Amino acid sequence: MGNETNASCLVAPLTLGYSDQYSHGEAMTEHPEKKHLLSSVQMARFVAHGAFRMDGVVPASLNERAIAVFDEGVARAYAGAPLEEAYPEGSFVRELLDLPEVAGAIHSLVGPSPLIDHHAVHIREARNGSAQPLHADAIIDTRDDAFDVQLMYYPQDVTLDMGGTLSVPGTHLRRINESDTGRYQNMRGQTRLVCPAGTVQFLHHGIWHGGRRNDSDTTRYMFKIRFNPTVRQRLLWNTDDLHDPAVLEELRVRFPWHENASGRIEYVNRTRLWRALTGDPAFDLDYWMTRVENRPQRVLPSV
Amino acid sequence: MTTSTTRQQVLVLYLATSALDAKVIAWSRYDGTGQTNPAAGDSDEPPYETGVEALLDGWRLFQVSPLIPPYPGAEYETSFLKHEFLFEKLT
Repeated sequence: MGNETNASCLVAPLTLGYSDQYSHGEAMTEHPEKKHLLSSVQMARFVAHGAFRMDGVVPASLNERAIAVFDEGVARAYAGAPLEEAYPEGSFVRELLDLPEVAGAIHSLVGPSPLIDHHAVHIREARNGSAQPLHADAIIDTRDDAFDVQLMYYPQDVTLDMGGTLSVPGTHLRRINESDTGRYQNMRGQTRLVCPAGTVQFLHHGIWHGGRRNDSDTTRYMFKIRFNPTVRQRLLWNTDDLHDPAVLEELRVRFPWHENASGRIEYVNRTRLWRALTGDPAFDLDYWMTRVENRPQRVLPSV
Repeated sequence: MTTSTTRQQVLVLYLATSALDAKVIAWSRYDGTGQTNPAAGDSDEPPYETGVEALLDGWRLFQVSPLIPPYPGAEYETSFLKHEFLFEKLT
């Protein structure tokens, strides 16, 4: 939902199509330091959850300026603009994206010089009367070897009654189209975001989510940017711990909303994505894929 | 509208298997009486642990999702929740 009901989008989208000029801008940053990249365990967690969250990562000095910036509106580039062009040096958003931890996460997930699909300032007015239906953004997306990520930045403390973003971990690999999931109001294991000011979360483009009803007296702000990768998303993170058993533990997590049967199919989805991200076509998770891919071709001589 | 009109309250439960006594994994409510205003993300705890618990509390089951075989070629794809049960109360 780009321009959702009950959420104000301060700047109208300007869609001119994808650009092939992203190499003209300056690099967003130098390659993030290794210590700021995600680890393999964190990437595996993202593959399983479809979300990665950094609480309070943005300093107060930026948070304090954010709401005035968002009230004024953030100039919007055309869809597919290079990051460096969409957010010039010195702009508020560029400052946000150049924070080492934020830059490291973006690099780990989508690589260097991503394109800006779109951004939006979402404002949930105090005592706002309704919630968004549970949805995935854009349209049904059948890619299994690439994904977009959506950064969501919360410049203020978000309490439960302020209607922080609802999301359902693990739903991102399900193939649905936008708000067809609107009938689902609540799912076991859902996340109703409560966070300190300066929190940033990254969501896989397919995750089911929505802005909740704001039952508080405080207007809530959230700034969202969708990034498109420009490189193959393979081993872009800190891979020092690639073979840590904790990677498998993250990938095999079950969520409380899983049905008994289709919950098992989620292991297949994750295995496919992990294979794509690591370039290891033989990777398997607890033998689920090996079993159903086993089609021996060796023919024994007849007796 | 008169106060004597019968109105419908709808409860939708999504269960972990196709069995009505299976665990509730997701839920929704719609209230034709206007006395409540359910919304997405308004609760982390389901109203019942199983579908049968809803029956025991007086909800009438009026629709069950059919069992549909996987589409050829898409056996390993996941999409909507599969086991949807719709209940009503008339008040």
